[in-house]
Amino acid sequence: MLVISAIITGLGLGSMYGLLALGFHVTYAVSATVNFAQGSSMMLGAVFAYSFAVRLGWPIALAAPMALALCALYGILVEFIAVRPFARRGSNAWLMATVALGIVVDNAVLFTFGKEPRGFNMPWASGSIKVFGIGVSPLQLMIPAAGIALAGALHFYSRRSRGGKAMLAVVQNPEAARLMGINVARVISGAFALSTVFAGAAGILIAPLFNVHSDMGTVFGLKAFAVAILGGITSAWGVMIAGVVFGVVEALITALLGSTYTQILSFALVIVVLAAMPNGLFGRAEVKKV
Amino acid sequence: MKSAWTRRTFLAAAATAALACTLPATAAEPIKIGLVTALSGQSARAGEAITRGLTIAIDELNASGGVLGRKFELVRRDDEATPAKGVIAARELVFKEKVAVLFGGLDTPVSLAIVPIMNQAKVPFIGPWAAGTPITKNGANPNFVFRVSAVDEIVDKAMLQYAQKNFGTKKPGLILINNPWGASNEKGLRAAMQAKGVTPAGIEKMENSDIDVVPQLTRLKEAGADTLFMVGNVGPSAQVVKSLDRMGWKVPIVSHWGPAGGRFTELAGPNAKTVHFVQTYSFYGNQRPVGEKVMKMLMAKYPDIKGPDDVTPAVGVANAYDAMHLVALAIKNAGSTDGPKIREGFFKIGSYDGLIKTYNKPFSPAVHDAITENDYVWTQFVDNKILPVGMVK
Repeated sequence: MLVISAIITGLGLGSMYGLLALGFHVTYAVSATVNFAQGSSMMLGAVFAYSFAVRLGWPIALAAPMALALCALYGILVEFIAVRPFARRGSNAWLMATVALGIVVDNAVLFTFGKEPRGFNMPWASGSIKVFGIGVSPLQLMIPAAGIALAGALHFYSRRSRGGKAMLAVVQNPEAARLMGINVARVISGAFALSTVFAGAAGILIAPLFNVHSDMGTVFGLKAFAVAILGGITSAWGVMIAGVVFGVVEALITALLGSTYTQILSFALVIVVLAAMPNGLFGRAEVKKV
Repeated sequence: MKSAWTRRTFLAAAATAALACTLPATAAEPIKIGLVTALSGQSARAGEAITRGLTIAIDELNASGGVLGRKFELVRRDDEATPAKGVIAARELVFKEKVAVLFGGLDTPVSLAIVPIMNQAKVPFIGPWAAGTPITKNGANPNFVFRVSAVDEIVDKAMLQYAQKNFGTKKPGLILINNPWGASNEKGLRAAMQAKGVTPAGIEKMENSDIDVVPQLTRLKEAGADTLFMVGNVGPSAQVVKSLDRMGWKVPIVSHWGPAGGRFTELAGPNAKTVHFVQTYSFYGNQRPVGEKVMKMLMAKYPDIKGPDDVTPAVGVANAYDAMHLVALAIKNAGSTDGPKIREGFFKIGSYDGLIKTYNKPFSPAVHDAITENDYVWTQFVDNKILPVGMVK
C-alpha cells in the first residue's frame, strides 16, 4: 500500500523532472549551453496557461498551446540575450546570465501576477480513481504518459524530420553543419525554444495538482538539473529515465523512512551515483579533441 | 501718554500671546506611537489591518482627551518584510522620531531583529501579530517586549487541547512545514503532548514545493493517526487537503493560522472547510458590546468596510486595537513616556474590557504575552470567509 502509493506519486513527479531535464538536454546537446533558470520557464508555462484558462476563460485546448507558444518565444529570447552574446565570445558568463534572467522573470511575474498562490482547478485533477486500491488523481496518470509522449516526439523529430536532422548535424559537428548550409544559430535558437516548451508543458501539467505562483519553479528547476546530470545530459532517454528514477526514489524514501530524510538522502544518492559513474547513468564520456 | 499705554498693553498682549502659544503647545505635544510593519508587497493587507486597528484605538483615545493631557500620533514605516529594513526603520523611529513605544508587524524574523535594539534603547516594543515564541521570551533583563497576539508555544498547547476536547484525539499525526516556523511548532507540540502524556503517531515534514503529500500522510495513517496537527502556510496546507481528498482519508485537521493567509478555499477545494484553525478574533457571530462598537468605528472611518467580510485579516485589526488600549493604560500608569516607566506601567494594568477579552492583569515580569490558550477562536473557511467553527453547518 505504502510502496504502491509512493511509486504512483513518484512516477508523476519523476516524469515532470524528466521533462524539465529534457529541456537541459536539448540545448546542451546542440550548443553545450543550458538555460539554468528552467524553473522560471516552467513557472511561465503555468502562469500563462492559468491567465488564459482561468482569468480569460479560454478553453484549455486553446489556452495550453498559446501558453506553450509564448514559452517558445521566451526560449528564443533567453538564447538571444542571455546565451548567444557570451557563448560567441567563448565566455561561460551565460551561466550567470541565464540565472539572472530567471530572477528578473520571477520578479516581473511577482509584480504582475501577484504573490498570492492561485488555484488552477481543472476537472481532471480533482476527484480520484482507484489504482490497485490507491486513490489517485487522473492527472497523476496523465503526466507520465505526456512525459513519455513528449520524449518520444523529440526522438522522432530528431531522427525523421529535416529540422531534427539539422539539429543532430549541429550536435555532431557545428563547423561541418555550417559548411553544409545549415543555419547553426537558428538551430540553437530552436533548441532553446524547444527546451522552454518542455519546461512550460511540465508547468501546465503540474499546476492543477499544485498551485500557481511566481517562484513555483525554483526548486523543480534545481532538482531537474540534478536529474539531467544524473541521467547523463547527452542522452535524451537517459535524462527522462533518470527523472522517473529520481521521483520514485524520492517518494519511496519519504514513504519508507520519513520526510525528514527525503532531501538529504535523495541528493546524497545523486552524489554517490556521480562519483561512481561520472558521466551519469546513461551519458557517454566526452572526448575533447585538441 | 496714550501711546506709552498702548505700547505697554501691546507688549503685555504679545507676551501673553507668546506664552499662550508656547505653554499649551508643550502640554499638547503628541505622544508618538511607532509602527514598523510590511506596508507594501504580499503582506501589505496585513500591515494595513494593524494600521486600522491602531488608528481606531488612537482616534477613540484622542476623542476622550488622550493620556497625561497629550494626544497620540501614529508614525508608520515600511519594513518590506525584510529584517534589515525593519531594523533601520526601528532605529529611525526610536532615536529620531523618539516614539514612546514601537509596534511590530507580522514577520517573526523582522521582529526578532528589532528586539535587541528595543531592549538596548529601553523603549517598549509591542507585537500585535508575529507569533514566534522567542520574540517575547528573548532572555533580556529587563525585557521591554510585550505581545498581544498568538504565540507558537501557546497555540501548540491550544491545538492539543482543542483536538482532545472536540475530536477525542489520542494519537495525533503531525504534518509540519520544513522551515524554522515548523521547527518552532514541532518543539512546542512535542512539549504540549509530553505534558499531557500523548504520544504522536508520527511527525512528518513537507516542503513548500511538495505537490503530493500522500506519502507522508500515508505513513501517518498507517501509524494510526486519529487527528492531524498541521503547521504550514496556505499553499502547503492546501496540498495536504488535496492529498487527503485523493486518499479518501477523512480525518480531523487542527491547524495553526497558516490557512488564514490566502485563498485557502480556491487552493484546497471544497474540503478546505474541514480544517479547523486558530485565530485570535472573529467579527462574525454574536459580538460583545466592544465588538459592536469597534465594527461601527471601522465602518465610519473606512468607506470600504461594509461589514465583517471587509475586515481582513481580522486578527491584525483586533490585536492592534487591544494592544493600543493596553499601551495607553501602561503610559497612564507610568505617568510619563519614559521607556522603563512605561514597562513598569504594563505590569500595573488591572482590568481592561477589550475586544478579544476582558484582560485581567495581562502582564507581569514573567508574563509578557497577553493572549492565553483560552482566548483563541477556532475557525474554518466557508467559501472565502473565515467563520467561527460551527457557525455555518
